Amino acid sequence: MKTVCFYFQVHQPLRLKKYRFFNMGKDHYYLDDISNRTIMQKVAQRCYLPMNTLLLQLIRENKGAFKVSFSISGLAVEQFREYAPEVLESFRALAATGCVEFLAETYSHSLASLIDPDEFREQVKAHAAMVKKEFGQNPTTFRNTELIYSDQIGEMVAQMGFKAMLAEGAKHILGWKSPNFVYANDIDQRLRLLLRNYKLSDDIAFRFSDRGWNEWPLTVDKYVGWLTNEDMPGDVINLFMDYETFGEHQAAETGIFDFMRYLPKAALATKKITFATAAETAANHQPISVLSCPHPMSWADEERDVTAWLGNELQNEAFNKLYSQKEKVHALNDPGFNYVWNFMQCSDHFYYMATKWFSDGDVHSYFNPYDSSYEAFINYMNVLSDFIIELDKGMAQLSASKTEEAVTTKRTVSSKSGATSKAKAKTKTKTDDSKADKPKTKRRQTVSA
Amino acid sequence: MRVLMFGWEFPPHIAGGLGTACYGLTRGLAKNDVQVTFVMPRAYGDEDQRFAKVLNASDVEALYGMDGEDGLLSQMTFIHINSNMVPYISPEEFERCGETIHKESVSQKEGLASRQKGDVWKERYTFSGKYGTNLMEEVARYAMVAAEVAREMEGQFDVIHAHDWLTYYAGIAAKRVSGKPLVVHIHATEFDRSGEHVNQSVYNIERAGMEAADRVIAVSNLTRNIVIERYGIPEEKVVTVHNAVRFGSSSAVETERGVKDKVVTFLGRITYQKGPDYFVEAAAKVLKRLPNVRFVMAGSGDMMNHIVRRVAKLGIADRFHFTGFLKGDDVQKMFSMSDVYIMPSVSEPFGISPLEAMKSNVPVIISKQSGVAEVLDYAVKVDYWDVDAMADAIYALIQYPALGKMFARKGLEEVTGLKWDNAAAKVKAVYESVIR
Repeated sequence: MKTVCFYFQVHQPLRLKKYRFFNMGKDHYYLDDISNRTIMQKVAQRCYLPMNTLLLQLIRENKGAFKVSFSISGLAVEQFREYAPEVLESFRALAATGCVEFLAETYSHSLASLIDPDEFREQVKAHAAMVKKEFGQNPTTFRNTELIYSDQIGEMVAQMGFKAMLAEGAKHILGWKSPNFVYANDIDQRLRLLLRNYKLSDDIAFRFSDRGWNEWPLTVDKYVGWLTNEDMPGDVINLFMDYETFGEHQAAETGIFDFMRYLPKAALATKKITFATAAETAANHQPISVLSCPHPMSWADEERDVTAWLGNELQNEAFNKLYSQKEKVHALNDPGFNYVWNFMQCSDHFYYMATKWFSDGDVHSYFNPYDSSYEAFINYMNVLSDFIIELDKGMAQLSASKTEEAVTTKRTVSSKSGATSKAKAKTKTKTDDSKADKPKTKRRQTVSA
Repeated sequence: MRVLMFGWEFPPHIAGGLGTACYGLTRGLAKNDVQVTFVMPRAYGDEDQRFAKVLNASDVEALYGMDGEDGLLSQMTFIHINSNMVPYISPEEFERCGETIHKESVSQKEGLASRQKGDVWKERYTFSGKYGTNLMEEVARYAMVAAEVAREMEGQFDVIHAHDWLTYYAGIAAKRVSGKPLVVHIHATEFDRSGEHVNQSVYNIERAGMEAADRVIAVSNLTRNIVIERYGIPEEKVVTVHNAVRFGSSSAVETERGVKDKVVTFLGRITYQKGPDYFVEAAAKVLKRLPNVRFVMAGSGDMMNHIVRRVAKLGIADRFHFTGFLKGDDVQKMFSMSDVYIMPSVSEPFGISPLEAMKSNVPVIISKQSGVAEVLDYAVKVDYWDVDAMADAIYALIQYPALGKMFARKGLEEVTGLKWDNAAAKVKAVYESVIR
């Protein structure tokens, strides 16, 4: 009996508008609302809505025997709320079936795990809170942006209380080992690892409609034959892919929806396959071994490393300049700034700046709003430069008000000697509290401003 | 006095400084009672026709068989040139127009083949109007059409004036047909465009043009020296007429400045000739000392990606901005937002853009290797390779406002004195000297 674990990644970045040097210092709205809305609504029509409907139907038909897992980035959820609330509704309907697990990730689909553990933990918490609020689940399984994983990242995730984590079944990490078993993190062995079977995953995600592929056309029978192949070792088959595979990367005309419609029944009929969520898959199988992965790997490109985002000097410069603002953003804790800080961290911005265009050029150019990586870099830096100006202004105001406060506090308290430091501390916490209250109320305003 | 003038571009369709200079000059000549017939490869139909009668060379029917007499075509070798030889268009534009030009040159070859059969017929030439894949062939065809123009216009002009090497064969052909004197105008030489790696065919055309000319006009003494030393043209034949700047309707655009920081601007093509890399290095040095400065590189060109990478590598990308190619009002807007303008050209025959900056009250730093340095006192002059001096100058103009203000005020006075009318009067004097 083999366990098949379907996991779908749902993410849409908040794309930046064309932001010129002339905008700097004057215009603090950075997003391309029209393209964000258009793309969201298009993908909702072609993929999210029809596929969610289909999954709901399959879950009902198979009476709990068919299960899937999702991870939906915070930025995607924000855009659902704004532009396609019916999609959010349909995900909630899936959540209500009890056969769908929602995983935790970084809120803004960021690369924070590669640079800043504190920021990383903050974002994961923010995302888990969002999942709880929207789908009523407390995530116990984690998947990092683009399946980025290393021993250290796994350790961080384990410490946060997650029981399992998804990763790529990368050949250079596995060697002779098979991805079709559950593994454990090398540092903290309580964390179980589910590794993507990239061959069987990509048969659906990339090759399904490729007429040059010698297995085309891929039928349900043929695919179930591969899943149940006796010669294939292992007890789990992890099929991880972008959710946009259905209807977007593989258009409806390719027959991808029909393929998915008949796959569960055909697979279950063999009696050799069960479907499970990620958490169940991890819990039901003993780890066969620890997996050592000292350097970060991902599911992207042939290299399966992080060079798609941090592989050239443009990407490194933008990345470092962004994260050097962290202290200011946290000190100010302004809802408007936090919002920008979030969407600026989204990995897609760095992906657009990639200069390696080999076998995966197609994937890189998909949804890419820029003509060249240089253009992407220049636009991002223009936005970031303006954001930095705004942060610096905020910091100047903050320190001005603090000195003022300090002076007034001193004056009022000076008569009661000894109480000075205490009073100071009090005023400080007070201001922090009032700031922390702002986010929920003010966010809307800053967004639409 | 009537002039038949051959150019390559004319406002509003300009990619470089040549079009601007031609425009200023023809206006100045008109004011000096000189009639100009301006021939250019492609008239788009909307040129400002008040100061020059624009003849569309593409519309002129050329007779086959005429090249047999002066042997222009047979003297030339046709070569394919690559894009970094191309001074005035960006690589993207080159890619785009390359294809159409290629098609045209193919049909042209077919034309040549049919001609060998002794078929005498007329053909309507169509020029691409841009530097193409087989540029030499275009230059030769332009020459043939030019001869035809000169023949049709017989008795309607007294002197021929050709701008830059692309039109020299045209000038020579017109001179042979009409017997009128030829003046060639050097806005840039092959040494300015390509350093020491000159394209021999281009050099040969340039020298042939200068030798065939009755007078050679250079835009600066710097260029005049190159003409004399590198092309072996006798001193007495070469005259310097400095370019000027036009004070026109484009008065200062009032722009609200977004950024409070000081802005140092480079505006021009991002190519080897313009020295953009020295600007980047100087910027990095300044940024180590001054936090409140921003650097802007406005323009596009084949070195742009290289420069972007270098800026990223130096870690100054939050202070060093790119605007892409600017046109129209954006240029004025950029000037009005600038506190310092810099032109670090490795080799600049003249360089009109600092004058435009001065017009907008911006103090300028120019390289000593530019022709414009000869006519300006109120500009900081540095060697293009001396990034320390460049950084010093930027620092001083920003940190000592008295200095910047003085340069801006005196510079405006100075540049106001540089009028195209005066330059045109000198050009007219050159015409008179060859007609007699």
